[in-house]
Amino acid sequence: MSRPFHLSDPVRARQMADAMAILAPPTPIKIVHVCGTHEMAITQHGLRRFLPEKVEILEGPGCPVCVTPTADIDAAVQIAETGAILCTFGDMTRVPGTRLTLEQARSNGCDIRVVLSAAEAANIAKGTDREVVFFAVGFETTTPMTAAVLLDDAPTNFSALVSHKKIPEAMAVLLNLPGTNIHGYLAPGHVSTILGLAPYARQLETFKVPIVVGGFEPLDILYAITLILRQIRDGKGFVENGFPRGVANEGNIAAQILIETVFESTEVQWRGIGAIPESGYRLRDEFAQFDARLRFNIEGETGDEHIPGCRCADVLTARATPADCPLFGERCTPLSPVGPCMVGTEGACSIWFRYGGREIP
Amino acid sequence: MCLAAPAKVISISGNEAIVDYNGVRTTTRLDTLTEPLAPGDYVLIHTGFAIRRLSAEDGEETLKLFDELSESLRDSEDSSDTSQATTGQGL
Repeated sequence: MSRPFHLSDPVRARQMADAMAILAPPTPIKIVHVCGTHEMAITQHGLRRFLPEKVEILEGPGCPVCVTPTADIDAAVQIAETGAILCTFGDMTRVPGTRLTLEQARSNGCDIRVVLSAAEAANIAKGTDREVVFFAVGFETTTPMTAAVLLDDAPTNFSALVSHKKIPEAMAVLLNLPGTNIHGYLAPGHVSTILGLAPYARQLETFKVPIVVGGFEPLDILYAITLILRQIRDGKGFVENGFPRGVANEGNIAAQILIETVFESTEVQWRGIGAIPESGYRLRDEFAQFDARLRFNIEGETGDEHIPGCRCADVLTARATPADCPLFGERCTPLSPVGPCMVGTEGACSIWFRYGGREIP
Repeated sequence: MCLAAPAKVISISGNEAIVDYNGVRTTTRLDTLTEPLAPGDYVLIHTGFAIRRLSAEDGEETLKLFDELSESLRDSEDSSDTSQATTGQGL
């Protein structure tokens, strides 16, 4: 089977590593990416070993499951307990809420279903008279699909518990947090397929750090990191497209229009970071009839996020590696996760546990 | 969560297409696509929606970009080596 987009040949990877060695910085450099899929590719393929000695790459708040605040999980549990069918993506079912995970709610008899697409949730609603709620999480890649489903003649028994977030806003906030010390961003390819380059420039232009959009094949990632190192060497800091086959500079206009039509920006909570203005989406008033928070009368809650000993907050802000956490691999494993970064299969802790993190297993 | 995978378009019907991903056939929605699509094209698919049209040549184009960057960095190093050597001789 021909796989024209399978870009992982070892000879080119070695060439790219040699190119990076030419750009090896004299002092330590921390590059942060914000995408679980990037962390998966970097760790699974052992790409850290190709980087020059003083270059480190860490996952920031790149796992939507991990950054979803406890209050949103609690809202989903509360809705499920009314007898509604609650649909969401698989990992969400295991994230700890204040009282319960969705998985525990299901073992208590709630009807919680894992879907692969917002469209699947809407289809479930079309086949029943019961209330069906889509717990809509994810960054800008996933947001247009929720919008498309609501615009596409959504049934009246369907609603959305919206927890969508915007990644460029979080990237900007991270740069201002004490102790993050970020020298460059590897920006997420598929989010950028939707957004294009402008939102990064808008959010981050005052900071003068290199921001390079990268794809997800091993060579795509090495290429984007090389572009970041070249900007650093040259004293530059601009938004660069390192994934042109996947990202048009202007982004995906159809998807942007879907988002704009259905959602407006609002302040939302990020686990590990706190509230960030304009960093999430809520439904516009015209779509209030699909707002599960209104339909089920969910008050704005503040869930308890403190987990003793857990360093997820530092991992999510790229101030610690999973291995820096005393619970990692001891009390906290994918089978019995303590913190959200071990729950989500795209959480840094879960990935490092499975594939060996910085060390080569 | 932001996983997307390239799949080949087999047929198109209104707002949906049947696509083939490494031998697995599935249906994808096209609401999130502006580009015109034809059978044989590739699309990036995220949670059941196509988000970008790709062509088979895009992979080759990307490899060219990689090679250009490695070469330009190697060349720049070679030329800086040469200039240092020249300066060395001058001194």
